[in-house]
Amino acid sequence: MHNPQLNKDGELIHLLSIEGLPQRILTQILDTAASFMEVSAREVKKVPLLRGKSVFNLFFENSTRTRTTFEIAAKRLSADVINLDINKSSASKGETLLDTIDNLCAMHANLFVVRHASSGAPYLIAEHLQNIGRDDVHVVNAGDGRHAHPTQGLLDMYTIRHYKKDFTQLRVAIVGDILHSRVARSDIHALTTLGVPEVRAIGPETLLPKHLDKLGVHVFHDMEEGLKDVDVIIMLRLQNERMTGALLPSAGEYFRHYGLTPQKLALARPDAIVMHPGPMNRGVEIHSAVADGSQAVILPQVTFGIAVRMAVMSIVAGN
Amino acid sequence: MNIEIRNGRVIDPKNGVDRNTSLFIADGKVAGLGEAPAGFVADEAIDATGCVVCPGLIDLGARLNSIEAELAAAVAGGVTSVVVPPDADPPLDEPELADRLVHRGKEIGKARVLPLGALTLGLNGERLAELAGLKKAGCVAFSQANKPVVDTEALLRAMEYAATFDFAVWLQPQDYWLSRNGIAHEGEVANRLGLAGIPVAAETIAIATIVQLARDTGCRVHLTRLSSAAGVALARQAVDEGLPVSFDIGVHHLLLTENDIGFFNPHARFCPPLRAQNDRQALSTAAGSGLAAICSDHTPVGADDKLLPFGEAKPGATGLEVLLPLTLKWAEAAGIALPQALERITAAPAAVLGLPSGQLAVGATADVCIFDPQATWQLTPEALKSRGKNSPWQGYMMTGKVRTTLVGGRVVYSA
Repeated sequence: MHNPQLNKDGELIHLLSIEGLPQRILTQILDTAASFMEVSAREVKKVPLLRGKSVFNLFFENSTRTRTTFEIAAKRLSADVINLDINKSSASKGETLLDTIDNLCAMHANLFVVRHASSGAPYLIAEHLQNIGRDDVHVVNAGDGRHAHPTQGLLDMYTIRHYKKDFTQLRVAIVGDILHSRVARSDIHALTTLGVPEVRAIGPETLLPKHLDKLGVHVFHDMEEGLKDVDVIIMLRLQNERMTGALLPSAGEYFRHYGLTPQKLALARPDAIVMHPGPMNRGVEIHSAVADGSQAVILPQVTFGIAVRMAVMSIVAGN
Repeated sequence: MNIEIRNGRVIDPKNGVDRNTSLFIADGKVAGLGEAPAGFVADEAIDATGCVVCPGLIDLGARLNSIEAELAAAVAGGVTSVVVPPDADPPLDEPELADRLVHRGKEIGKARVLPLGALTLGLNGERLAELAGLKKAGCVAFSQANKPVVDTEALLRAMEYAATFDFAVWLQPQDYWLSRNGIAHEGEVANRLGLAGIPVAAETIAIATIVQLARDTGCRVHLTRLSSAAGVALARQAVDEGLPVSFDIGVHHLLLTENDIGFFNPHARFCPPLRAQNDRQALSTAAGSGLAAICSDHTPVGADDKLLPFGEAKPGATGLEVLLPLTLKWAEAAGIALPQALERITAAPAAVLGLPSGQLAVGATADVCIFDPQATWQLTPEALKSRGKNSPWQGYMMTGKVRTTLVGGRVVYSA
């Protein structure tokens, strides 16, 4: 099957999902991001790689944080950034997704950063661009439905590599609502591609997708057992709406079983790091003492995220 | 008008006929096979050299959004009778609507239109539609299309009422609660792509409920569009028990699986969803053994309703013009002989409907399909007469091309 993210030379032209990307491309992105870390520390925080290019942030679903980090990353690459909050404009007038894309292409867009509530929406856009012969326009998925959030996955990998150096000796646990999490799917593909020998998923059966074993993941329902001797803990955000149905009885019961407390953290390796894609629900999935503790690397994740997004945008727009 | 169809391979699965011979048609009926009836003078001769001459196809499920185009598509696909589900706009829940549809079908004069009346008003699963009135207007059975009856008591009452008049009830077995949020089979592919899943239990729970109510009420039931191996197993049990139940399978489900979704291909979105390889295998075995008839589940969807993210795209594919080639493709892959394969789209659906059609015995209505089993054609939007160009097979080569279609002894399509 043709992978729409890669051109015929195997180069990355869109970033839609981590799945299907070879290790060399993931490593290229992480290495490029490392070279950009220094830019953010400069007094003049800019490089001219995307000068004269237009980056459109197309957020069909609200997200201030992710959009902001993409905006900062694009600006540090000297691109012109246009933020479109689609909820309030075209969609409410009945314009279709692809009509919106055609219009923005006519405005000479070079790169779309897309967030959408439906899994696969960025694929539809990438395919459409190919059909209309616009191989000069690129798509970066900033989160689609439950499917993927590849830049978050990559910044998580950057963080792990920064603290742990070598992927091939690690035990990584992902804890919480994996079923509804695009971050978890991207992390799982990235971890297995980069050679992590043991990826664990921890959560109640209602929050775990079926067939996780097919993705090379070991499932644990008991958090204490699952955290034993892990090097990395990735906590996931528990959305409030999960409490309204029959998935979970209460935030309190969830926290008792799957909240990360200092006691549970002590079961992991002493040098284990604690990650979270944010925004955190303190007291629901993570105890404040852990969130603010010495093993948490949640704020560095945010900083790395900008360098990783700079790397992704400069690579796809450069190919 | 007397017609002689010469030199063709006449296959009439119901009557065990498979030989090269002539078929004679007079007064809209089959008048002779092999030997011309006394005094027969052909007004027209059709040379069927290299072709199969079989009963016209009976499609147990085809939506006719734009009736003229779709009935033209039907006969171009060799389909001479189409069963129309009631989920039109508006739903077919009033006798006048059924009457108008039947009348319009006759006026167009191509394939026969056999409407399914709505079982409940507006298909909302609450109040019964006027079943006897709908029957009088020409409805052949009663259905909810693919909308489940949520309230089990309402379903029980509907089946009791239908049994009173010996009306058949057609239901697509899908539990409302387990399917309402889902967009793909709950399996590996849905997990990888982050698509909300529809578990197999959505089908098995509904089959178990409906079969139990059929047992209790004696209502004749036809279960449409089976999708899973577990569903097939329950279907087999019900038949073995001797219950008055029959089944059909959409032809796409015999050939495709969840893997065909690929990178979110909206043309692989179906209701019920394409399931796993073992499910497809079980469906193929069920169709092969004669447990279920095969239908097209023809669902024309406009381009704008498919050019959307997978979960927002309307499910379904165009089917009338691919029912025959896809059935042939399935038969070849599954090692099913041509007469058996044709039985599943002619005599088997006729048996579901309780109609004497779907055969070429002397005296039978002359609904005939003449097709070249070797001819290939490419599926393109232009190649289809249907307004529905939506197909997972766009660009593929199809084997099996209809040359001539007759309805009631009249040529209604000729390539």
